[in-house]
Formats: sequence, C-alpha cells, structure tokens
Amino acid sequence: MFEIPDDRKYLESHEWTTTDGDTVKIGISDFAQDELGDVVFVELPDEGDEITAGDEFGVVESIKAVSDLYAPISGTVVAVNEDLFDAPELVNEDPYGDGWMLELEPSSSDEFDDLLSPEEYREQTE
Amino acid sequence: MGLRKPPLYDVHADAGAQFTEFGGWDMPVEYDSIRAEHAAVRESVGIFDVSHMSEIEVSGPDGTALMQRLTTNDVAVLEPGDSQYSAIVDDDGLIIDDTVVYRLPDRDDPVYLFIPNAGHDEEMYDRWTSFRDEWDLDATVEDVTEDWAMFAVQGPDALETVSATTDAPVGDLSKFQAQYADVAGVECWVARTGYTGEDGFEVLCPWDDAETVWSALDATPCGLGSRDTLRMEMGFLLSGQDFDPEDEPRTPYEAGIGFVVKLDTEFVGRDALEQQHEAGVDETFVGFTLLDRGVPRHGYDIATEDGDVIGTVTSGTMSPTLSEPIGLGYVPVEYADDGTALIVLARGREKRAEIVTPPFIDN
Repeated sequence: MFEIPDDRKYLESHEWTTTDGDTVKIGISDFAQDELGDVVFVELPDEGDEITAGDEFGVVESIKAVSDLYAPISGTVVAVNEDLFDAPELVNEDPYGDGWMLELEPSSSDEFDDLLSPEEYREQTE
Repeated sequence: MGLRKPPLYDVHADAGAQFTEFGGWDMPVEYDSIRAEHAAVRESVGIFDVSHMSEIEVSGPDGTALMQRLTTNDVAVLEPGDSQYSAIVDDDGLIIDDTVVYRLPDRDDPVYLFIPNAGHDEEMYDRWTSFRDEWDLDATVEDVTEDWAMFAVQGPDALETVSATTDAPVGDLSKFQAQYADVAGVECWVARTGYTGEDGFEVLCPWDDAETVWSALDATPCGLGSRDTLRMEMGFLLSGQDFDPEDEPRTPYEAGIGFVVKLDTEFVGRDALEQQHEAGVDETFVGFTLLDRGVPRHGYDIATEDGDVIGTVTSGTMSPTLSEPIGLGYVPVEYADDGTALIVLARGREKRAEIVTPPFIDN
C-alpha cells in the first residue's frame, strides 16, 4: 500500500500540497514515485516565477519515463528544492519530506477546495 | 488484439513486476528498481526473461543457402555450436532487423536457429518462406517462437550461476559458442551470448519447462528497463529504435555494424551495400554524453553549437553506472569525432553534449 498522509491535499495527476497558513509546499505522491521508478532528473521553475493551477510547472524524469508536473494551486514560487538537482533520488526516498519540490505564496485561498482529500485520492489509486 | 504473454507471466506478476508492451508482448520492465537490477548485472548476476524474442529454425539441404542469401554475415563459417551476430537487410541494404544465428547440431543437413527481435517472427517467417519458394530452394522454415522460452543470465557471476544447475562444461564455451545442456534436468540450448556487455549465457528452454529452469537459476530478476540501460552503456543497437525500416532507415555501415557485412557472400542487399562501402557513409551512429543536467530521449534533435539541426537521438538514458546522461544517435560523419561539441534539444531546452565513442564504460 502507498502512503497517503492525511495532512495534505492531492491532484488527480498525483501532486500533493500542504500549507502552514502562509505558504504551500508541492511535491509528488508515494504512488507517483513508485510508478515512475528511479527518478534521475527534475526540472523546476525559478524563484519568483508565477505558476497557475492546472498548468505544467516542471518535469520529473525517471530512467523509463518523462512526466509533466501540474500545479495544484496558483501562486508565486518562493523556494525551490535545489537538493533535487544533485539528488533526484530524494523524490523516491522521501516523497512527502526531503523530496518536496516547490514552495509557493498562493494567490488565492479558494483553490484548496478543488483538490482531492486524502480519502478521495486513496480511492483513485486503489 | 491482445498482447502475447511469456510463459512465466504469472510468476513475474507474483514477484511484483511492472509490465510494459514491447513488440506486441507484455513483458516485465522492472521488478523493484531499474538501478538495482542494472547494478546486479554489472556487479554480480541478473536474469532476464527474454521469451519475447523470436525464434526461426531453418533446415534441409538448401538451409545454408537460404540463410546465406537472407543475412549479411557469412553463415558458411559456422560449425555446429557456433553463432554469429548478423543483419537482415532489404534490397537497398537497409536493416530490417538484427539477429543472432546459431548453428544447431546437424540433422542430416545443417540446422540453423536465428533470433529475430520481438514481434518480428511472422515477418521473418514470411520473408524466409517466400524467398525460399521464389528461389526454389529445398529448405524447411519453422516459426518456433512459442516453443522456446529464453532467459539471459548475465554478469560476472553468470558462469557460477549456470554451472550450479548443470553438469555440462558450459565454462568451456567461448563467446558466441553454444551447446545443448541439461539445466535443472531440462534439455536447454545454452549459449555464451548476451546484450549487456558482461559475461553471460542465453538459455533457450522448452516453453512448458520455463518455470523449472527459471527457478533453478539463482540470480536477481531483471526487467526490460535495465536490459535497455545496460545495452545503451555498451552502445548496442535496439531494433525498431536505433534502426527501423520505416522511422529510422539505416544500413549496417551507418549503424556501425559493418563488421557483420561480408561482401564476398551473395545476399539480398549486397550490391547496395557494396556501393555504400566504396562511397563511404554520410551519416554515422555515435554516442554522446550531456554536459548539462537532463536526459536525452529517442526523437530529440541534435544540433551544432550554432543551432543547425544535424541529427537525431535514437536512444538515451541516465547511465546507472556512470550517473551521467548518455545517448546514441546519428550525425554527419564530420561531427562524429570523439570530443566534438554539439547541442541536444530536450523538450525545447538546449543541453550541451559531447561525442563519446561507445562503450561508455570500461568492460
């Protein structure tokens, strides 16, 4: 079984997001990293870039697959996990922790309501 | 149409394999991790189910003549128990498929078993039988793809693994030699061949005995994912990707396997290849590494430093051994020297690349 923590929300395309109230973090789920297999390359936007909910914001590549990353919510990038550039395997090892990808300052708070709850996402992956 | 399944499909599924479609077959692509499977083959021993490979048997008084006229290498040099890498080309000398031709023990006349790539069995059966009829040759051609399961045991410990299952002196086989041997009590055709750059064996066993033989061979199960990364590190061609009659039409000379073309034999495509041999090729198969972060992929453009597109990536990956992005493709010969600086366009982004003649690893 794949880990689906209750403290965050999900997209059908397997990204997750959590918030501490001010900023949000984004990454990909345990299910997604397992499907991809060994992650070898991550391409992410720069700090200060604007991203829009539903649009591609980057690429994650494993040995066998290339997958676009989709933004769960809109906002301004305030931090990028640069550790992934030298150690993309962190996405496999700790998808909800050290394998995070972006931190955003959200442009609206309503978009959270459109995302999947852990329960809804669990149903999708079963 | 449904996908064809290897005899051990359920065994692989129970072992947790992920599957992928390849050549019309549903095959394991990885069990746990491509990186770990790759490392097992480079450092100890891995086993691949390659039962999707085709097998065609050719026998009869004119069997040798038929094989000679439809493959580029010289089958006349093969003794029983020998094998050779070869190409099957069309009238224009373009590669339809690459193959290994085994000479089996004689049955009155020489008998050959050749191994086209996955999904090519029907096409090759048709090609062999129609030319046989056109040339009025006395030869028997059989598609025995689903009579044989095929396992590749590869890695520095492969000899130990195979020897543990048989009394036959398989360690005496030189590279490209083969013999019948009882493996776990099942008569198999055991060949010192492979597609990884490591020492190893390919074991053909009767389809119905596949599980007995597979379970006796004690090695890390490996999927097509690591088979691909291992062969790319060696610069070995993948049929349908590094050459393809429709999408990437190439001659053996362009594809870097001119050593399998024996112009002193008679075969379909010989005259076209002789002309190219005399004139030289315009484009050639090369390897390269990326100096920027990224992964080269099939279909990406290769450009000069000025941005002129001059070639195409046909295969690429992150090399698990080197942890560097490596690729294969075709460029004009004037850009093929080691160290030539080029650009690979990865999804619209320019990545600096440098020509490196494969193999990428020392083996």
